[in-house]
Amino acid sequence: MSRVTKHSKWRYVLLGAMTWLAAFALPQTVHAEYADVVINNYADAAGIRPVVFPHWFHRIRFRCKVCHADLGFQFKAGGNKITMAKIIDGKFCGACHNGEIAWSVENCAMCHSGIPGTPTHFHGSTVQRLIAPAYKPVEK
Amino acid sequence: MKLRSKSVFLGFALTLAISGPACSQGFVEIHAGGVEDMPLDYAPEYNPVNEVAAPVEEVIRLAQVSGANDFNRNLKKDKMRNPPPPEDGIHDTENEGTFVLMPPLEAYEGLPPSDFGNYVDWVKAIDEKKIAPRWDRIDSSEEPFVMDMDIHRPVKASVPDVVFPHRQHTEWLSCSNCHPAIFIPQKGANQINMSAILLGQKCGVCHGKVSFPITTKSCKKCHSKPKPADWQPPLSEATLKNPWR
Ligand code: HEC
Ligand code: HEC
Ligand code: HEC
Ligand code: HEC
Ligand code: HEC
Ligand code: HEC
Repeated sequence: MSRVTKHSKWRYVLLGAMTWLAAFALPQTVHAEYADVVINNYADAAGIRPVVFPHWFHRIRFRCKVCHADLGFQFKAGGNKITMAKIIDGKFCGACHNGEIAWSVENCAMCHSGIPGTPTHFHGSTVQRLIAPAYKPVEK
Repeated sequence: MKLRSKSVFLGFALTLAISGPACSQGFVEIHAGGVEDMPLDYAPEYNPVNEVAAPVEEVIRLAQVSGANDFNRNLKKDKMRNPPPPEDGIHDTENEGTFVLMPPLEAYEGLPPSDFGNYVDWVKAIDEKKIAPRWDRIDSSEEPFVMDMDIHRPVKASVPDVVFPHRQHTEWLSCSNCHPAIFIPQKGANQINMSAILLGQKCGVCHGKVSFPITTKSCKKCHSKPKPADWQPPLSEATLKNPWR
């Protein structure tokens, strides 16, 4: 067998090894949809799965203004201290998930769908993707 | 083709070998003797375990190199775009509700694409009336109060100047979402720089979270006004004082 084919063969061997490593040996990575929010201030502690809120799904149906101005959702993941008591009083998610605008609150598993133990976070945010802290301009 | 699949299996065996006891000796031994002579069409029924035990004719020693020399040490790559909820790593597959949720790609069918974020151009989607998100929670006929006013912000650096367009923003947001908590409504009254944006302040409150993120491919969305043809980057003081040659 010529050197060249031998060489290219080993490339495939390495490729195979790497594919195998990537598929089974490395921990599963998270690649959720951009702007998905996991909310877990209280859920884990109360023994229920964390909530996953999909921005992409809601922004097809509502402008940001509806939630972030009219309904008073602040721009901060976990910052609104949402609880079920507030939801059944018609606040936050409960302003729509009331059986009139969208399916109602008894569908626990639709909202409480996160992997237990996942902390409150914003998926795909630029801050999380930074490898080193952002550059600080020099003070003059 | 056959050769390739066979080799992939050999790679599988190689990984087994690497993770085996040979590691402790500073190099990895691969006994590849029996492999070369096998007919190519043998690949389909190939059994990787036999591969390791193949007769020894040729011993290949691979130096064990430090894992620090990975080709892409820091590159983070989105290998999977818009995965369905059960495969995205944050939804629990033990939860039945997870399988009722809509996969993003189903919803994005027919929407104008982009190169970042959700990989959907949300501004175009509204402009082309592909989606009609409500401005009011209940009344679907209420229209947003759109204000068409561009704010031009010159940038010292060589990148194109920033144009902040009120039109695209007021399609989605009300004035009170930005004024006055994030921006004083007065041209030039707000100090903005990239580090603040990257850390989630100013424009970064939304961009990098829900609106399109900050990536090499999105710079020109904000930095959209080209510099004049005769523009030159200003020289650093250190260089002016100590000219090179
Ligand atoms: C429309 C979405 C939605 C639905 C439906 C829903 N929840 Fe929640 N729930 C939330 C959110 C958001 C939180 C806040 C999560 C956090 O911060 O940990 C929450 C928090 C909780 C908590 C912890 C906080 C508290 O209020 O004590 C419990 C327990 C809970 N939900 C149970 C339920 C049960 C049981 C159901 C079904 C009957 C249900 N939820 C349905 C959105 C929802
Ligand atoms: C259906 C309601 C809803 C709509 C519509 C909506 N959001 Fe949100 N948004 C939320 C919820 C819920 C959170 C999380 C709040 C929490 O965890 O307390 C959030 C959080 C955020 C955050 C906080 C990120 C951080 O730093 O933690 C930003 C920014 C944001 N949204 C921007 C937007 C933008 C921009 C739009 C329009 C394109 C939008 N949202 C549309 C409900 C909504
Ligand atoms: C402004 C109204 C509104 C608010 C506020 C709202 N939702 Fe929704 N949500 C909807 C509508 C409308 C749907 C679509 C219902 C349908 O498909 O029948 C929906 C659907 C969903 C879905 C299912 C998405 C899918 O894949 O089918 C989830 C999960 C969800 N909402 C979670 C939440 C959570 C969690 C909150 C609070 C943090 C929330 N929503 C607040 C209107 C709202
Ligand atoms: C997404 C955030 C955002 C929204 C929403 C927004 N603005 Fe602004 N606005 C800005 C920014 C950024 C500036 C520029 C400030 C600067 O240059 O320092 C600005 C500047 C202004 C100015 C000053 C212009 C000048 O020439 O001095 C006015 C007036 C203004 N906005 C009014 C409004 C009104 C009215 C609305 C609602 C219809 C609105 N803005 C919505 C971000 C926003
Ligand atoms: C309150 C949230 C918010 C803030 C703050 C904000 N934006 Fe946006 N911006 C949006 C949303 C929502 C869109 C619609 C497109 C999207 O979601 O990707 C948008 C779109 C844009 C677009 C239009 C892109 C196009 O395709 O036409 C530009 C340019 C832009 N933003 C620049 C800026 C700049 C510059 C700043 C800071 C001075 C800023 N934005 C601050 C929410 C925001
Ligand atoms: C969301 C809008 C937005 C995006 C996306 C964006 N920039 Fe900026 N950039 C700004 C604003 C606003 C300023 C401040 C302009 C000023 O001085 O008023 C700025 C300033 C800068 C400056 C001048 C130095 C500084 O920190 O003020 C550089 C260089 C720069 N940006 C590079 C980039 C590069 C490279 C990218 C792409 C990776 C990028 N920007 C993406 C909005 C943006």
